[in-house]
Amino acid sequence: MAKKMRQNFFGGFILTGKHLTRPRVTRQYPDEKKPKQPRQHGRHVLNRYEDGMEKCIGCELCAGVCPADCIYVRGLDNPPDHPVSPGERYGYVYEINYLRCIHCDMCVEACPTQAITESKLFEFSFTSRNDAIYTKAELVVDDDGMPQKLPWEDWREGDDLLTSGWMRATSPAGNAEFEGVVQWSGELGYGTRAPEGGQSGNRDDEATGTKALRDILEPHLLNKDIPKAHKGMQGRLWRAKVNAEKNKAKIEKLKGLYKDRREAAKAAKAAQQ
Amino acid sequence: MNPVAFLATGDPLYAHGVNWVVVLIALIKVLVAFGALMGAVTLMIWFERKVISDMQSRIGPNRVGPWGILQSLADGIKLFFKEDLIPDRSDRFVFKLAPYLSVVPALLIFTVVPVGGVVTVAGHTFELQVADPQMGILLVLAMSGIGVYGIMLSGWASGSKYPLLSSVRASAQMISYEAALGMTVVMVVLVTGSLSTRTMVDVQGNNILHWNVLRLGIVPFVIFMIAVIAETNRPPFDVVEAESELVGGFHTEYSSIRFALFFLAEFMNTITMSAIMVTLFFGGPNGPVPKIAHIAWVFPILYFLIKTVIFCYIFVWLRGALPRLRYDRLMDLGWKRLIPLSLAWMLLVAGFLINAWWGIGLAAAVVVGAIVLNRSFDLGAEVEASGHAVLPPLGTKPVPPALLRELTDLEGEL
Repeated sequence: MAKKMRQNFFGGFILTGKHLTRPRVTRQYPDEKKPKQPRQHGRHVLNRYEDGMEKCIGCELCAGVCPADCIYVRGLDNPPDHPVSPGERYGYVYEINYLRCIHCDMCVEACPTQAITESKLFEFSFTSRNDAIYTKAELVVDDDGMPQKLPWEDWREGDDLLTSGWMRATSPAGNAEFEGVVQWSGELGYGTRAPEGGQSGNRDDEATGTKALRDILEPHLLNKDIPKAHKGMQGRLWRAKVNAEKNKAKIEKLKGLYKDRREAAKAAKAAQQ
Repeated sequence: MNPVAFLATGDPLYAHGVNWVVVLIALIKVLVAFGALMGAVTLMIWFERKVISDMQSRIGPNRVGPWGILQSLADGIKLFFKEDLIPDRSDRFVFKLAPYLSVVPALLIFTVVPVGGVVTVAGHTFELQVADPQMGILLVLAMSGIGVYGIMLSGWASGSKYPLLSSVRASAQMISYEAALGMTVVMVVLVTGSLSTRTMVDVQGNNILHWNVLRLGIVPFVIFMIAVIAETNRPPFDVVEAESELVGGFHTEYSSIRFALFFLAEFMNTITMSAIMVTLFFGGPNGPVPKIAHIAWVFPILYFLIKTVIFCYIFVWLRGALPRLRYDRLMDLGWKRLIPLSLAWMLLVAGFLINAWWGIGLAAAVVVGAIVLNRSFDLGAEVEASGHAVLPPLGTKPVPPALLRELTDLEGEL
């Protein structure tokens, strides 16, 4: 009877009535943005080593691999008295035309020194063709290792983090043996970044900002594909347990932090006296 | 006959002759009603968009003013300053006339709606209603009849295919539902014994059991509600402006302020028809009034507003919940269900108003009539199914295989 009611004349009223209390699906886009995926492809950055040296060696592999032909690089020998990069040569000219770039990330894959990576920024616009060509001055990270925030770009919190998303992906070499193994050099401001978690279990989700694929997809799965232990009351208990574990780690961390701070404060006080 | 007496017999304002104060009060009433209705229409458009978006898990208008409440004002300003296009093949005079034929009746219906009780200001006692003519509810029927012309003429005068189709649909639909609408009004008139809307409201009183919705049984109210939705061309009976079939229906060729007028008329009709429904079946402004000096007159208005808003909400909910009816189903519902049902119920009401024996007698007649009608519907359906109908319904029967082969087989020609 109840099921029939749901399908007949009153079904529409019941459904629309239910929707009144449901959360809205619309996002107020320019005011409120969706968190971006850890491997999102956005505007490029040219990275530097931890000592401030540029990573780019001017090899032009990125320009060669670029399917849109948007990168223009010219290398030059490093001046011996004040070298720009640790190697023999450095990128003397580096230009990317963003009217052409399709953000395929093939330059990032091609780069032998992990010099070029992509940030999460995709909301930038220009009023002239010349402005669309980013030069080296605009692409190289600043002294904190952060991408430069140019006035016509709409940077939001978190857009400038995890700029080397693809590089740290599950075994970028395509070899399962290298899953979770660091194969990249350190970066200015960040040090050596943690690898993204794969299937091996040695994942550091907090450091990499990633989530297990299963967790991400579960809300989108069909009901029959969700394991029984994750459904209904059982599922609630399971989620509570998982969350409690996560929170426990966080609380421990915070506790440790405050403990350190308290001790530091105590030490400072003692030193004053 | 004195025209003032004819137009406003019920109103005690005109009891002691007409002087300039009386004229001033009447003018103020007209202006206030006009302003309130215009404001209500802009709010109604916003309300409808907001509620529909709530029902679809969207946000809806939220940019202009708090909660987007001024959205329809902004839309109105935009429409006002847009270019006014008149199609080349249109009948220019009728094309320009039609929007006004749509708006003016919608405005006039509201004049006979009692929005409050009787108040006394500076020695002048008057009713809170623009006019209280003897013919009251007849004015509503007449005006909703004239409203059809606005839609019919606009579609015809556009000189375009879809508007014409729409206006043909509109005239057929509105005329057929007007019959059921009139019949339910007749029931209310029967129990009231008067055509005046004020009297209808007064007769219903404060007791909820005496309100016409319960006094007549729920059926007339339901029929009236369905007929009103069809009459105002609102979903699910909006075949007249079915976006997926007829682009914009009768107002496809209209732009700028003329389009705004149609839009205005449509939503004004929704409000006025809600108000009429409240007046006829839900006691209008009646309700318990606490004895507080000076502000007691506010409560009837408040009750009236609450009841009207509830009906506006129901209209919106219907739009959100139900899909559009197919055109032939719509006509079936009107002619085969609503008209016989309202006719039968009217007989019952009339019979029981005389005495119980008449009532039982007419009930028996209704049962016999229902059986005969049902049998005739069955016979008609059989004739249609057998293919002997004078005009077989379109799309209900597949093309006979032999004919199909004849039409599609090109072997003979090749």
